[in-house]
Amino acid sequence: MALSHLSSSSPSRCANLLKLLSSAISLRRPISTDTTPITVETSVPFTAHQCEAPSRTVQTNAKELATFFRDMVVMRRMEIAADSLYKAKLIRGFCHLYDGQEAVAVGMEAALTKKDCIITSYRDHCTFVARGGTLLEVFAELMGRQAGCSKGKGGSMHFYKKDSNFYGGHGIVGAQVPLGCGLAFAQKYCKDEAVTFALYGDGAANQGQLFEALNISALWDLPAILVCENNHYGMGTAEWRAAKSPAYYKRGDYAPGLKVDGMDALAVKQACAFAKEHALKNGPIILEMDTYRYHGHSMSDPGSTYRTRDEITGVRQERDPIERIRKLILSHDLSTDKELKDIEKEVRKEVDDAIAQAKENPVPEPSELFSDVYAKGLGVESKYMQKSIYRHKGDELPSQAFGYNNPSEH
Amino acid sequence: MALRNIIGKRIGNGIGLVGRRSLSTSTSDVENRNAKSMNLYSAINQALHLALETDPRAFVFGEDVSFGGVFRCTTGLADRFGKARVFNTPLCEQGIVGFGIGLAAMGNRAIAEIQFADYIYPAFDQIVNEAAKFRYRSGNQFNCGGLTIRAPYGAVGHGGHYHSQSPEAFFCHVPGIKVVIPRSPRQAKGLLLSCIRDPNPVVFFEPKWLYRLAVEEVPEHDYMLPLSKAEVIRQGSDITLVGWGAQLSIMEQACIEAEKDGISCELIDLKTLIPWDKETVEASVRKTGRVLISHEAPVTGGFGAEISASIVERCFLRLEAPVARVCGLDTPFPLVFEPFYMPSKNKVLDAIKATVNY
Repeated sequence: MALSHLSSSSPSRCANLLKLLSSAISLRRPISTDTTPITVETSVPFTAHQCEAPSRTVQTNAKELATFFRDMVVMRRMEIAADSLYKAKLIRGFCHLYDGQEAVAVGMEAALTKKDCIITSYRDHCTFVARGGTLLEVFAELMGRQAGCSKGKGGSMHFYKKDSNFYGGHGIVGAQVPLGCGLAFAQKYCKDEAVTFALYGDGAANQGQLFEALNISALWDLPAILVCENNHYGMGTAEWRAAKSPAYYKRGDYAPGLKVDGMDALAVKQACAFAKEHALKNGPIILEMDTYRYHGHSMSDPGSTYRTRDEITGVRQERDPIERIRKLILSHDLSTDKELKDIEKEVRKEVDDAIAQAKENPVPEPSELFSDVYAKGLGVESKYMQKSIYRHKGDELPSQAFGYNNPSEH
Repeated sequence: MALRNIIGKRIGNGIGLVGRRSLSTSTSDVENRNAKSMNLYSAINQALHLALETDPRAFVFGEDVSFGGVFRCTTGLADRFGKARVFNTPLCEQGIVGFGIGLAAMGNRAIAEIQFADYIYPAFDQIVNEAAKFRYRSGNQFNCGGLTIRAPYGAVGHGGHYHSQSPEAFFCHVPGIKVVIPRSPRQAKGLLLSCIRDPNPVVFFEPKWLYRLAVEEVPEHDYMLPLSKAEVIRQGSDITLVGWGAQLSIMEQACIEAEKDGISCELIDLKTLIPWDKETVEASVRKTGRVLISHEAPVTGGFGAEISASIVERCFLRLEAPVARVCGLDTPFPLVFEPFYMPSKNKVLDAIKATVNY
């Protein structure tokens, strides 16, 4: 090592060399592998209903924080990119973006295993990624291409990932919750020692079927966790105008509940771990994640007719989930600002690459129009249907309808 | 009237339509005084304004209607008539319709909006079991005739599974309610006012693709168009085409092309699906001897099946060819494959030729 030569050189040169060496070697352990436990307090304490709240002291480590940071940056970048793609008409249909709510997806994933099931609504891009979905699968599905996670047949609202027990991706508000309780029943029956997290929004909280599902789950002690992602607006309607009781964590009445700061990934992780343990022993529990979406309800909604721009900027400044983790990393001296910015640059490139790849991907074969309506081979008249799509020259192809003639042109 | 002059370019259907020259209309049932050019959502908005103006016991409610609604149909109502009469509901379709039935049962005009027809199913029980049977099962002591349910329906070019459905057939199977579907702004205003004032519960489906795309001269005064009366919007002698809503503009395009091949097509707008005007359709089929029905909803069990069966019953010996149906495919409404799924102009044209050459 060069250091041995320094003992004979002059002091100033020695100091300079040392500085050079230390910055080159980086005496700090790399953040991505450091598992030294760190203790952090959540931003706000939990509020509990019919149960005892978990401690607001959370165990974490540099590696986990780095993962949180990176994953949330990926999600944020992905959603912003989807916004541009939608405006460029490469994504059609309805597109509901999750930026602002990333902490819920990453925090939850940190507390779960892939044996646990997650089911959510149409605002599902980031939850899919948290469950292990790739960026290519995301962008291809958004653009309706074959490489998409649902073969391009579902679009933005219908992302699924069977091997990670991610049950999607549902268009009808609230309809996924009874489904989630059914999943929980199966888990209990099969003694999986796993749970189901059924996510829904503050708008969906007023659907009757939620109460039906909760009643059944509580009656039969199912390991179901109902998670209300409360972003305070059911599309254009504020929570206080839609709900007599906007304390969604209390609405289970006989079922216990916990209110969580959904912009704090560590708080989310703590709450989900607590809920999983609870549900396995005692049946359903409700988690209310206090979160916020920066975009409007969907790309058709500017998001400014029912809330002020000041409100949105305020949340961005005070409570942004990515900034919170960034501050935590920097204040604990786990990484430098430059390193974090490098990660962001890297992620940007990753996202751009995935988009480029997805753009090259073809749309599904026309025969896919008829496949999977029923189980294979058991449908009716599919041959007749197949003939009918080829008879009509002059009809537009799907690619033309979606605004481009040749996918690779873009 | 020439629908092609009313409706702008429908993306994905390649209809390159001309601009908005207005022609004199063939429907003389509405005076044209003080007509103003407006699109479908404005016409519906006007109808709602008139409905609330003329009846102090009329109410408009639904998800997000206060600020004008997702399609701007309810703009200005809350400001003008107050929050006690125009209000947002929570996200609960079953609750909205049930509540509307109760409100109507007390003698009010309840105009409920379901944000997209695709979301109407939680309310299906209320509509079928409560609204449709209320008068009947109470021996006419009670009724909810003041109830009108409005919902945007149909394809919009990129709506996918849950923003494109045409569920009219489910409701046509229920005696006790009426189902009405307008084809254009002028029709919509008159029909909606009739529906609101009709003493029976009505489900009014609005073709969402036409909200902005269809522009027409619409009279500013209060007028109503009769329910259960179909309209012959194009005279012909070789084949009768029956349709409703946005599909009519597609069918009209096919009729125009068929004319180039010497086939004279008669086009009928059904307007009210139940109870439907069998006489007008029958009279037309007796003239032409052939009939083709077209709708966006899947072909199996679609309302075209009912029309087909009824016409065959009534006109069997007159028919020169089997009844043709050009409809959506028997699949969930697809995302990328929408152009293949839809009953396009070419499909209709092919069917016209096949029927005429049978």
